[in-house]
Amino acid sequence: MRDVMPKWADVVLIPLISLVLAFLLSAVVIIAIGEDPVAAVKMMVTGALGSTYAWGYTLYYATNFIFTGLAVAVAFHAKLFNIGGEGQATLGGLGVALVCLALPWPHWTLALPAAVIGAALFGAAWAAIPAWLQAKRGSHIVITTIMFNFIGAAVLNYLLVNVMRPVGSMDPATAKFPNGTHLPTLHDLLAPFGIAFSRAAPANISFLIAVAACILVYLLIWRTRLGYEIRAQGHSEPAAIYAGIRPVRIVMAAMLISGALAGLMAVNNVMGEAERLVLNSVEGAGFIGIAVALMGRSHPFGVFLAAILFGFLYQGGAELALWTDIPRELIVVIQALVILFTGALDNMVRMPLERLFLGLRKGRA
Amino acid sequence: MGGDGQTGGRAAAPAIELKGISKAFGPVQANRDISLRVMPGTIHGIVGENGAGKSTLMSILYGFYKADAGEILIGGQRTQIPDSQAAIRAGIGMVFQHFKLVENFTVLENVILGVEEGRLLKPSLAKARGVLKSLAEDYELNVDPDALIEELGVGMKQRVEILKALYRQADILILDEPTGVLTPAEADHLFRILKNLKSEGKTIILITHKLREIMAITDTVSVMRRGQMTATLETAQTSPEELAELMVGRKVLLRIDKKPATPGRTVLEVENLRVTDEDGVERLKGVSLNVRAGEILGIAGVAGNGQSQLLEVLGGMIPGTGTVRINGDAIDLTGRHSDGQSRRARGIAHVPEDRQREGLIMPFMAWENVVFGYHHDPAYQKNRALMDNAGIRRLAEEKMERFDVRPPNPGLAARNFSGGNQQKIVLAREIERNPDLLLVGQPTRGVDIGAIEFIHQRILDLRDAGKAVLLVSVELEEILSMSDRIAVMFDGRIMGERLPGETDEMELGLMMAGMNGKAA
Repeated sequence: MRDVMPKWADVVLIPLISLVLAFLLSAVVIIAIGEDPVAAVKMMVTGALGSTYAWGYTLYYATNFIFTGLAVAVAFHAKLFNIGGEGQATLGGLGVALVCLALPWPHWTLALPAAVIGAALFGAAWAAIPAWLQAKRGSHIVITTIMFNFIGAAVLNYLLVNVMRPVGSMDPATAKFPNGTHLPTLHDLLAPFGIAFSRAAPANISFLIAVAACILVYLLIWRTRLGYEIRAQGHSEPAAIYAGIRPVRIVMAAMLISGALAGLMAVNNVMGEAERLVLNSVEGAGFIGIAVALMGRSHPFGVFLAAILFGFLYQGGAELALWTDIPRELIVVIQALVILFTGALDNMVRMPLERLFLGLRKGRA
Repeated sequence: MGGDGQTGGRAAAPAIELKGISKAFGPVQANRDISLRVMPGTIHGIVGENGAGKSTLMSILYGFYKADAGEILIGGQRTQIPDSQAAIRAGIGMVFQHFKLVENFTVLENVILGVEEGRLLKPSLAKARGVLKSLAEDYELNVDPDALIEELGVGMKQRVEILKALYRQADILILDEPTGVLTPAEADHLFRILKNLKSEGKTIILITHKLREIMAITDTVSVMRRGQMTATLETAQTSPEELAELMVGRKVLLRIDKKPATPGRTVLEVENLRVTDEDGVERLKGVSLNVRAGEILGIAGVAGNGQSQLLEVLGGMIPGTGTVRINGDAIDLTGRHSDGQSRRARGIAHVPEDRQREGLIMPFMAWENVVFGYHHDPAYQKNRALMDNAGIRRLAEEKMERFDVRPPNPGLAARNFSGGNQQKIVLAREIERNPDLLLVGQPTRGVDIGAIEFIHQRILDLRDAGKAVLLVSVELEEILSMSDRIAVMFDGRIMGERLPGETDEMELGLMMAGMNGKAA
């Protein structure tokens, strides 16, 4: 139980080594299908980081992953495994769409706060039911949240096809949001500072909201009483009860915040990019959030970095599929390897490293 | 199988001889150059504080760990013990502190588990039945062979463990803290069994922290401190004081020096308190008691007779029915309008029985633990939203200084402190809130002798400051020496109250076993 490694090794070295291993194995796979891994890496780096256009996409994806990663991370601190980010983000999209379509918004500065509230409320509401079942009935949150992903998708399907589809449209999607809800892109935001940023890339002001969310989550978890109680409950429920912390309250609070964060993703992809609500708008970002939280050690800063990494993988992978013979599926393989090594195979790197540090300390002692 | 059955023969060969055993776990040297000789047909005690390396040494002997250096001689022969099977073949039997029995098997089934012979169970069972019968006659080891383990009390379960070892033809029996869960009467019976075993030529190693037991039953005793064997003595030629000093490395006050209590007004009144657990079992069956300011009420009893539930319901952790008044005001027991927080607000502080599970958040740093349960106190907030982490850290530094927590580093996670220092962190938190009533469970369980003295003194100081203390402990000595009044619990009821000066371990032991002391 004792701490054998310095903290920096735990939070920096282990993910880094895991990452290198994942990339090495990816390289082996690329060689095995007869492609050049070095060229592939070059392509990915140029495609994801080589221009402001590339960055614009990388950051756009990263924004999604920051929100879903934070969602998983907050729940993790209460020892709740919220794998319902997908569904909560889907419902967040519904919230955003309802807000955006409800009024002829004059300006985005008015629409954005309302959309943020709508997204958070709908995401939280979708997390509330599994949370309640867990807190009161002991229904396992993993089971219920994943089931709610499917229910969420079905609900949205129904609403888009039968209720929200504009008359005469054949597309299961809402009408385009009014112009007053158009969010400024990074191009718009950086232009006043004389920084030229690609006009075509979808990264928008939501990225700043995501960064703010990181800071707020940090303050919540490590500086507020609620965060203190969430962490206490996560480490030991008997101790929480001893301290007069009510587990039901904490489960509800942690899951509502988690669901709200997942829902906020919709501000980026629904309001910031698509500007209308379509089917399957989340595109798996809810699940990527699990890997992001795992890799980021449930710390907002770690989540931020991991989200950027996955944004890079997403965008770089798309480029790779577009410009080389490396099939799209291989990109999924690389992403899966990263998830496998950074998330699931944590101990594989950790144990030898711990032994190494023990040896080092013994040498010094 | 088989093994070398030549234990007798050489007259002077020690049953066990350890030469230069060393074992390190990373930077921690758990055992350092340990040598030990135990002669056959003797009872050898090993004492030492927690973390002194006793358990590591015995685990090496039983094949759980491999020593980094040194050798083991059994009956004069060098023996490799790579695993517990080898230990059993070498004639070593181990009785663990936590029993390793299959609860829904019968005694007989447990005894043959792992040494069944042939494809069918029946012949093995029949053979075991015969062996058990003769063992019972030889050593007063009576257990119903067809009883299910789950129906047996702890004393009986322990006998089954001993029978298991003997059935495997152990000549050397190692017992790890065997009396921790026994009533005094059960412990006496165990000692009779051990003496019988000894007279039959078995060798017994007794690991304990109870110096009284060492004095009562062992022939020789070894003291361990910080991974080293600091002394091996003839029991007849030593005293508890000397042993304690050897264990701690300095003079220790074994007797508690306390002033007579001056009880004041009644702080805690409990009437007909009942608790039913989640399985529908009634754990408290109408408990009534009261504690006055400036006195310590000790609750004696064998673990599992409702003491835990008493502390938990008073501390707001579980609901109950009945009446509990603190300073004359009734408190809500339903759990709907009250919890640990509201209890604290009413002046009840609680040092829980299990500090690692309840009293502390082990991965939290010491400073985070120092406000645990009081974290809503306005004094610990920076503003409406954020906690005053820097202030709490400073507070933790001061508290750790005052309670002599070592190392005095508030940034260290609670799990990195020793048991005694963890307990000091809990006490520093609870006592310094200056509560009207302190609930304290097993204050010195798993705590080093050196820290025990300190912890007892702090609890007495609180009493002398005019506060009420409800002390629950399974250590009868602790109850007798600390309490101003003693209530004995058995099966969820208070069997009776005694004054420490007017009772003894005999009488309390009978009450703990469910007999009314006066009637017996």
